[in-house]
Amino acid sequence: MARQMLTANRLRDGAVLYWRGGGWVETLAEGEVHADPAAADAALAAAQSFVARNEVVGTYLFDVQPDGTPVKEREIIRARGPSVRDPILRKDGGKQAAAPVPPVPEDPYNVSI
Amino acid sequence: MYRYDEFDARFVAERVEQFRGQVARRLTGELTEDQFKPLRLMNGLYLQLHAYMLRVAVPYGTLSPKQLRMLAHVARKYDKGYGHFTTRQNIQFNWPRLVDVPDILADLATVEMHAIQTSGNCIRNVTADHFAGAAADEIEDPRPIAEIIRQWSSLHPEFSFLPRKFKIAVSGAAHDRAALKFHDMAVEIVRNGAGETGYRVYVGGGMGRTPYVGYVVSDFVAKPDILSFLEAVMRVYNEQGRRDNLFKARIKILANALGADEMRRQVAVEFEEIRTSGTLTVPAEELARIDAYFAPPEFEDLPDDPADGADGMPRDIPGVDPDFLATNVHPHRAKGYCIVTISLKPIGGVPGDATAEQMDALADLMDEHGMAEIRVSHEQNLVLPHVRRKDLPAIHARLTELGLATPNAGLITDIIACPGLDYCDLANARSIPIAQKIAERFADLDRQHHIGELKIKISGCINACGHHHAGHIGILGVDKKGVEFYQLQLGGSGAEDASIGEILGPGFGKDEIADAVERVVEAYLTLRQGPDERFLDTYRRVGIVPFKNVAYGQDLHAAY
Repeated sequence: MARQMLTANRLRDGAVLYWRGGGWVETLAEGEVHADPAAADAALAAAQSFVARNEVVGTYLFDVQPDGTPVKEREIIRARGPSVRDPILRKDGGKQAAAPVPPVPEDPYNVSI
Repeated sequence: MYRYDEFDARFVAERVEQFRGQVARRLTGELTEDQFKPLRLMNGLYLQLHAYMLRVAVPYGTLSPKQLRMLAHVARKYDKGYGHFTTRQNIQFNWPRLVDVPDILADLATVEMHAIQTSGNCIRNVTADHFAGAAADEIEDPRPIAEIIRQWSSLHPEFSFLPRKFKIAVSGAAHDRAALKFHDMAVEIVRNGAGETGYRVYVGGGMGRTPYVGYVVSDFVAKPDILSFLEAVMRVYNEQGRRDNLFKARIKILANALGADEMRRQVAVEFEEIRTSGTLTVPAEELARIDAYFAPPEFEDLPDDPADGADGMPRDIPGVDPDFLATNVHPHRAKGYCIVTISLKPIGGVPGDATAEQMDALADLMDEHGMAEIRVSHEQNLVLPHVRRKDLPAIHARLTELGLATPNAGLITDIIACPGLDYCDLANARSIPIAQKIAERFADLDRQHHIGELKIKISGCINACGHHHAGHIGILGVDKKGVEFYQLQLGGSGAEDASIGEILGPGFGKDEIADAVERVVEAYLTLRQGPDERFLDTYRRVGIVPFKNVAYGQDLHAAY
């Protein structure tokens, strides 16, 4: 069964958040990995109190590998910040970019030609 | 430029304060997210992959120096120091905080800008030919009618809850620089047999999951009748558009289902009803009032240079890069003037980005040379529409200092790309890094000129914000089990010879797509009948088969 993590955006500024121990942290590395689907669902249910208090929006679970690396590229980018390389114009890797992140997995789907 | 009257100013100011109240009520919980979301979208505020994103309208792509400075101010004060110009002549800020957005909108209102109707199922920002009022091939400046359409469609009660979003473009030139036939509705200024100017109206174009090239719904609408006619089209759509299915709700689906003849018939019925009631005739004095705002600057009586080419364009100006002259300088309607494209596509840069410093410096440059306007193109570049050619050396030198003189307009590195998976919540794959990789691959300028006109357009999902259907080479990012893949499409065009690109075959991995593009381009160079035959022309002559072979790594077949 896939492991899961829980994420949301902070209402006031839109910042990406991850669930840990009944609250929120700002980096994927600090987030809590749920090995048990029931625990993931319980976290999602608990997070609704933050939604109700207008602190976060857009809560959802996403799949991660055993080492905590998101399965989907989307969640890797969401965790790390934009992958755009432009040291002159864009200095917007986001706060996530400064945090330790798991390596991008080898891409098994590249077409060999 | 159009200037707000008292009504416009009050309307925008009130809207800012309404939104300020809505944000406050959202933060206290008086409004739920479900209640707030449509309100923020009506003010151009999305929640994207990493943060909120604010989309600000640049009506018909025209900005004054003052407005450009305000965009720089917003980028600097509320965002991360840059803005991103889009394929619909908007600018997007990728990192605003919700709590700051009312202040941003208030600041924008001081320079007559807003974000109203840049999202939602309404008539969006009206776009126009970015050479409007300057192009040598223009019948008439399309911006006055764009402004009239903007006023008519802003908060129009009948069209605020359409089945789906609705995009309108206008142009007054024979050469379509506004992608008219890929819009829900488009207005082209034309002359009839009697020499009168009026409007040809297209309907039903669009990209996205089901692309269509729009068709003509009227060859000639007389000027006073234009709003009645557009309203007739909107009524047909509003009544019959597929509200039951999000994917079939755009007018292109209805237009295709009805067919051109039936659509024309139904529009004619509505048009007659509206025209008979007489409520929507545009008074001549109002047309004249709006026209006056767009009066061209008083052009000096400047001589042409005898050394100019047959197209009136300078071939050699000391101090100006000949490559820049060849690609970024365009014929102007007035003698001694030219149009200058400022490429926002530096090799390895992000297509469409400008920093706050660049925007401020451009505004200064405009002031120094008495230029009242700059334009945003749907190709994600900026345009100086009225440049005295004698000023070109100084302007080129300054653009070079600012990193804004990349001589690649219309070439293979002048790539359109949507924000893609790096920013967009809807995207399936990244666009910008692919654009950067391809631009770096073809960075050699001699090679770019050797290849000639070639438009690459990249979208990170089927919604096609990067116009991949209309790319000579289009690239569509898709998701397969969470991994990015890229489909190649060939033969699209957003110009007057509009066409939808044909899918080549299975997708390529993110590390393969630049190689595939390069092989296709090399095949084109082998196949073309001379340097004047563009990629698109060669493709249309030989078809997709030879490109299909080489894209997937085979040699070009001996038959070619």
